[in-house]
Amino acid sequence: MSAITRDEVAHLARLSRLALTDDELDHYATQLDAIIESVAKVAEVAAEDVPPSSHALPLTNVFRADEVRQSLTPEQALSGAPAVEDDRFRVPRILGEEA
Amino acid sequence: MSLIHKTAAELGAMVAAGEVSAVEVAEAHLDRIAEVEPKVNAFLHVDREVTLGQACAVDERLRSGERLGPLAGVPIAHKDIFTTRDMPTTAASRILEGWRPPYDATVTRRLREAGLVILGKTNLDEFAMGSSTENSAYGPTRNPWDLNKIPGGSSGGSSAAVAAYQAPLSTGTDTGGSIRQPAAVTGIVGMKPTYGGSSRYGLIAFASSLDTPGPFARNVLDAALLHEAFSGHDPLDSTSVDAPVPSVVEAARQGDVAGLRIGVVKEFGGDGYQPGVLARFNEAVALLESLGAKVVEVSCPSFVTALPAYYLIAPSECSSNLARFDAMRYGLRVGDDGTRSAEEVMALTRAAGFGPEVKRRIMLGTYALSSGYYDAYYGQAQKVRTVIAREFEAAYHQVDVLVSPTTPTTAFPIGERADDPMAMYLADLCTIPSNLAGNAAISVPCGLADEDGLPVGLQIMAPVLGDDRCYRVAAAVEKALESRWGGPLLKEAPAL
Repeated sequence: MSAITRDEVAHLARLSRLALTDDELDHYATQLDAIIESVAKVAEVAAEDVPPSSHALPLTNVFRADEVRQSLTPEQALSGAPAVEDDRFRVPRILGEEA
Repeated sequence: MSLIHKTAAELGAMVAAGEVSAVEVAEAHLDRIAEVEPKVNAFLHVDREVTLGQACAVDERLRSGERLGPLAGVPIAHKDIFTTRDMPTTAASRILEGWRPPYDATVTRRLREAGLVILGKTNLDEFAMGSSTENSAYGPTRNPWDLNKIPGGSSGGSSAAVAAYQAPLSTGTDTGGSIRQPAAVTGIVGMKPTYGGSSRYGLIAFASSLDTPGPFARNVLDAALLHEAFSGHDPLDSTSVDAPVPSVVEAARQGDVAGLRIGVVKEFGGDGYQPGVLARFNEAVALLESLGAKVVEVSCPSFVTALPAYYLIAPSECSSNLARFDAMRYGLRVGDDGTRSAEEVMALTRAAGFGPEVKRRIMLGTYALSSGYYDAYYGQAQKVRTVIAREFEAAYHQVDVLVSPTTPTTAFPIGERADDPMAMYLADLCTIPSNLAGNAAISVPCGLADEDGLPVGLQIMAPVLGDDRCYRVAAAVEKALESRWGGPLLKEAPAL
């Protein structure tokens, strides 16, 4: 039995905002299946009573003083934008037609 | 000897003494780049005018009496994953083609402050995901030892540039081995500092809990000088360690292992390892013993599960980090014809802008983090991470450093593993545990494999903030082997 179906891969692509072709979905379904089967080995390590580590260092909540500092100018912040209008990022519509 | 064959320490001393200018040193290296780049393809961007402008400014600073560090006037190749205000930054991805960052990474800024001269931006696997530099959207880099072989990855442009004498130094980033593996397969020195020892500010994020900037050089002392130049606490990176940089330069000058306890990791060897790699590794261990180190075998049974744990943790973090490439604020935008929604434009842009390995990892990470699978995959991988850190800790109660081969094989042919992700992932088998535990680790050349005449790397691992131990052992190995070989390993490389 496969670890992941083609339909599941299509769902992952939608969640990941990747408009993949049918051929790509077939290809990735096979590869992801092999990868997932292999990484499932992590389950073999008996670690029930072990706490998870999200990080290598024991750092918690690093704060700095709330001071105004120099930051990017609007020109700098917009310098790489695909589209700009009135000193703002211009983006495609984000709401449906009726909204 | 020509300028391109000098060490970084020598070049820095010559510039400081006024024997040569930073401009002359930069010109010699730019000429070398122009000469061999058609064969090697180590760089994504070189701009002679910008580089000479930087060199000229360094000469002026020195003339005006400004005290700069030991690397002032020394050229460097900079991995194209660090932002640079005066050069494009692409992470070898189409999605960032031509992007000019509005700010410098902390590592970039510190290179400039120390008077290093940036020769250009080096090639890499797209977003640092890969072990061969074949995942670059701009074509693969070639190994100077054999142009049909990979230079390692993800920092393969940086390793090739140093091995091909295009630059005496380069920067890399190591998330699962992306500095040590390229260093090993190109016969140079590469160091992954303790996690948090070098700043991630302005480093385009792949897996934030693992990404670590580090140095490449042709010798241990040069690597230590560069390590010291760009490391240290950075308030702009909240995971930066607020502790002094370990005394790596002093350790590299010392290079003495008498009385040091060295552990050989039992699990890294045997099936799947190239005989020539194991032969050079075993000789290096015997050498360390002859230099007065106490060598014992150490068992870290869970290290074999580091690879699967890594391929859950790193893709999970990448799926989140790469969400920022949304076609709205910078980079590529595809399909915005006035009829499509932002979400459709986003999906079209990401499909067009990301390469296959990046797409695979984003989907794998999205899978591992989805409800229903989270506990079995990401959650369990995080527990394995704890187990691995504990095994390191137990080992460091017995020994001062651990050693292993850096990679199971020497450089493999370009194309051999390109469409076989699991085979590619094996290249990082020995390097990943140190990333999961945040430890320091270095790769230093230890000879050529008999089968193919290609370089083999010795990996030396040390506890968190034990970076100086890596340099101390690496320098001792380098000194002993170079006296045996009658010079550095790189002199065996064919002329380009």
